[in-house]
Amino acid sequence: MNPIIKPPTQLAKRIIPCLDIKDGRTVKGVNFIDLKDAGDPVELAWQYSAQGADELVFLDITATHEKRKTLVELVKSVARQINIPFTIGGGIIEIGDADILLNSGADKISINSAAVRNPDFIDQLAKLFGKQFVVVAVDTKSIKGKHYVHLNGGRIATNIETKAWLLEAQERGAGEILLTSMDHDGTKRGFDCMELKKINQLLSIPIIASGGAGSMDHFADVFQIADVDAALAASVFHYGEILIPELKQFLAEKNIPIRTL
Amino acid sequence: MTGIINYGAGNIFSLTAALNRLNIPFGMINRPEEVDLYERYIIPGVGHAGAAMNKLKSSGLASIIPVLQRPVLGICVGMQLLTAYSEEGNSELTGIIPIKTLLFDKKCKLKIPHTGWNKVRLDKNNALFKNMNAEDYFYFVHSFFIEFNSKFTIASTEYGLKFSAVVQKDNYYGVQFHPEKSGSAGEQLLTNFSLLV
Repeated sequence: MNPIIKPPTQLAKRIIPCLDIKDGRTVKGVNFIDLKDAGDPVELAWQYSAQGADELVFLDITATHEKRKTLVELVKSVARQINIPFTIGGGIIEIGDADILLNSGADKISINSAAVRNPDFIDQLAKLFGKQFVVVAVDTKSIKGKHYVHLNGGRIATNIETKAWLLEAQERGAGEILLTSMDHDGTKRGFDCMELKKINQLLSIPIIASGGAGSMDHFADVFQIADVDAALAASVFHYGEILIPELKQFLAEKNIPIRTL
Repeated sequence: MTGIINYGAGNIFSLTAALNRLNIPFGMINRPEEVDLYERYIIPGVGHAGAAMNKLKSSGLASIIPVLQRPVLGICVGMQLLTAYSEEGNSELTGIIPIKTLLFDKKCKLKIPHTGWNKVRLDKNNALFKNMNAEDYFYFVHSFFIEFNSKFTIASTEYGLKFSAVVQKDNYYGVQFHPEKSGSAGEQLLTNFSLLV
């Protein structure tokens, strides 16, 4: 088998903290020392960007549609004050949702269940706003050795095989994939590097790995073994278990291309 | 004051937010006669280059772009509009800078769009890069690139091949990355542009 020889680039691997948002506030506890208000997503976002995060993902878990106006205000505040790119996900089901978020300063939107239920939504978004705006998030779980797409935060199983769905999403116009391994999420035992490696070789669009980060070594593994483009985590960053400047220094010392401040 | 060429290029919220953060005064240019009110110009742009060119034409602002006498900064697709042609939809563009916008080759085994922070190497000294490092990271997101040209390229980036991260011809500047999303390096570049005369 011929090895894949990659042409030269210094494109940096991205480190992405993920913030869960409910009614305009971050929900998971955050114990940063210098934070005045741990629930203020804008202040937290600013802290992360100052520490060298490459990008941010805000996942809105607000239940009701009326309260989504709060989200639009939040997106505007983030865009006003933060100088790195950010993605908004959660509850985006129609073109109007995407349009208002784009015009409020979001760089990308992430769609998950809505894309599975209506795959044509991906085509429409890519056509109207460009592929670079469309992140397709996929929650995957292994059942008897095969990986299947799960919906509604992983609560609902489908009979759709993950690889087939990822290829379809790419074909329809996804600009990036955010892949969460349900088997690894929350375990802090590391990313699902073997599966991510296979998927990374299958796709020609960037992949953000999610689920399982517990140590700095896990980030090195996911970049060195799976060669994904970005790694996302929440709690290890929120609880200060991993500090972004130290993580980036650690990865840079392993010769992984990283943007250090 | 900086005038933003407002031809319906899509989202400019982040750009205006960055200018506000940096205390760079700006206004919107909606009609050709408003051009004289400003000392320099920004051409924004996201999405499809051919579609952007069509919007520029239908806005009535296409004809003023090639005759601007003061500093002009094209960002991303706004930069590509300065070139002669794009492979995106086989589009004829303004031709102010006589080079081409091409599609990254899918055979090169690199991910497309080129998404993320990449190093920008300064090839020629330029006022746009004052108080900056010769190799800073900037945020890119694009599938089409402007070919490297020894005459017009002032900074380059490697992604499978060397392409133009920044071009200049006379008073026209173009940046392929998004300075408004490129941390403090991007803010410095916007500040430097705001000081050009």
